[in-house]
Amino acid sequence: MTFIEEKLNAGIITTTVDWALNWARKRSIFPMTFGIACCAIEMMAVGASRFDLDRFGAGAFRATPRQSDLMIVAGTVTFKMAERLNRLWQQMPEPRYVMAMGACAISGGPYHKFGYHVVKGVDQVVPVDIFVPGCPPRPEALIEGLMRLQDKIDTHTIARR
Amino acid sequence: MNDIRLQSQPDLSYQDEIPADVRTEELLVNMGPQHPSTHGVLRVVLQTDGEMVLKATPHIGYLHRCAEKIAENVTYPQFVPYTDRMDYLAAMNNNLGFALAVEKMAGIEVPPRAQYIRVIFAELNRIASHLVAVGTYGLDMGAFTPFLYCFREREWILDLFESACGARLTYSYITIGGVRQDLPDRFADMCEEFLDFFEHKIVEYNNLLSYNHIFIQRTGNVGVCPAPLAVAYGLTGPCLRGSGVKWDLRKAAPYSRYDEFEFDVPVGEGRFGTVGDCWDRYFVRVLELTQSARIVRQALQKLSPGPVEAKVPRSLKLPAGEIYSEVENPRGQLGFYIVSDGGRSPYRLKVRGPSFCNLSILTALAKNCLLADMAAIIGSLDVVMGEVDR
Amino acid sequence: MLLPDIISLIQAQTAEAVVAASADGLHPHVRVKPERLLEVCSYIKTEPQLNFDLLRCISAIDRPQEALIELSYDVLSIPLNHAIAVKVMLDRARPEIDSVCSIWPAAEWHEREAFDLMGVSFKNHPDLRRILMPDDWSGYPLRKDYQDLTEYHGLKIKP
Repeated sequence: MTFIEEKLNAGIITTTVDWALNWARKRSIFPMTFGIACCAIEMMAVGASRFDLDRFGAGAFRATPRQSDLMIVAGTVTFKMAERLNRLWQQMPEPRYVMAMGACAISGGPYHKFGYHVVKGVDQVVPVDIFVPGCPPRPEALIEGLMRLQDKIDTHTIARR
Repeated sequence: MNDIRLQSQPDLSYQDEIPADVRTEELLVNMGPQHPSTHGVLRVVLQTDGEMVLKATPHIGYLHRCAEKIAENVTYPQFVPYTDRMDYLAAMNNNLGFALAVEKMAGIEVPPRAQYIRVIFAELNRIASHLVAVGTYGLDMGAFTPFLYCFREREWILDLFESACGARLTYSYITIGGVRQDLPDRFADMCEEFLDFFEHKIVEYNNLLSYNHIFIQRTGNVGVCPAPLAVAYGLTGPCLRGSGVKWDLRKAAPYSRYDEFEFDVPVGEGRFGTVGDCWDRYFVRVLELTQSARIVRQALQKLSPGPVEAKVPRSLKLPAGEIYSEVENPRGQLGFYIVSDGGRSPYRLKVRGPSFCNLSILTALAKNCLLADMAAIIGSLDVVMGEVDR
Repeated sequence: MLLPDIISLIQAQTAEAVVAASADGLHPHVRVKPERLLEVCSYIKTEPQLNFDLLRCISAIDRPQEALIELSYDVLSIPLNHAIAVKVMLDRARPEIDSVCSIWPAAEWHEREAFDLMGVSFKNHPDLRRILMPDDWSGYPLRKDYQDLTEYHGLKIKP
């Protein structure tokens, strides 16, 4: 019992601003509906009946970048797509996060060696927070990636360093 | 509403009411490549006049992954995983198409058990693929629940696939010479159990979505594709059958022992509008669910013990020559054109993606339709961009 | 109608347009003179005994040793359930051929693809642009002598 809590009535808790902000932020991650290739089907499966991303507060897929916090790059990024991807990322409000889902988004994957039209890793285009490996990653892997992102959000602070 | 759609020329009579000093012009609307109802990275540039779409120009290539160039650099067995990633909703069927083409050229005889296993998985994958098509089409039309229902059943099919090969989406299970490994124990029972459950669920989809009044209003008489137009644009699969053309490669040129099975080929009848409208294309897929389940049941009966893989040389070389071979995929005819110079990898491999041809009709279908109908038309074609761009 | 009959009918009706033909093998085809392609195609589409109404695929094959580019038009008849391929050989230095869009509208995208990836140009095509690659890409990727560019808009192509 700290001094201040003794002074307050029951039903009131004290915490830091950081904790409260991060608590709210990490439990309402709105991903963007941004399926590119095969991984998008697994992303849909994560949002659908069995895996139900809503349990983690991240099931509200937004169709527009302006309402979303997380861009899940689910699939192969090509040179034709790269500029559009960057533009979508620019349109997202801060704080924004990017998850590279699957081997293609991480490094080009199976198209690494001979793919003349495949960007070898989406981190060349936008900064990536979380890499989820797999081809395609299983839904459990994507959920794990989301939980690691929540951990990352937990470390944020509004204090100026 | 219907009058506007069926007119060949847009109704421009309202222009007379516009005061002379108001300048009007056509507006270009860019739809995609990131748009929830384009099923991937399709971009359509719409030339609009108010709510009317005068012309729709699809732009593709945002997922061009160079599969044909890669094929020239890898060996035949190494290319099997790349076929998975073309039409990623029907990976088994893609594996089958490629394996059949190579086997025909190399003269490999596949054991009967493997052929029936292939049919079982091809048809289960057809069900899974059509479930996604039906579910997401509901999503496009604003019905969220069917999507969850369809994915529930799809997960069950994926469990069956997982028990056989360990993967959920990209299987590489059907390989050159047979299948990768034999079925797990009790697979037939698990499959029967699923089919018993599944066949009742089709009624549920129909009640929930197919005969839903709002859904019929959104899709009936929209995007009408007459049979001659469909053939001229090279449509195949449910899109062609939706226009009333009874053409199915499994009947017309049976492969992998499809001639031993009894099944019907459903065609569009124009129950809620004209033959070849979006509802017809959608409903052909629903009807095919039943037929695929029928085939799986028959194939399970025919399974008898035996080897599941023919002897294939470790470094497979095809004789010099060429072949064009097609299979009936959930989206249409998937063709592989292989030119071999006698080496271990193809000299040239060309893939005829059914979605590629099906999508090319979009400009013709989406002429003078309403803006809101674009989602209905694109969704009813059920394209997979991985296959359009390859 | 059997394949040899189909081929002999085409040979008989299109005077000397057919250079070579093969009825057996895995890919039965007739090879025609490039300048007569349009004529042969419109004949096999309209002749009631042939009625090749569905164009399945147009494939381009690069053959640098012979300095040729081969085009293969795979066609199918839905009412009569038979199939054949029509082939033409083009000069690799200046590959140019008549477009068959007027006969099969399906050819539009297939021809654009051949133009994009193989550099074949089609005369009288309604809209001949690159289809898969970006408009400002240089080179034809499926040619055998294609060299990867080093970078595109600041992104490295070779890792």
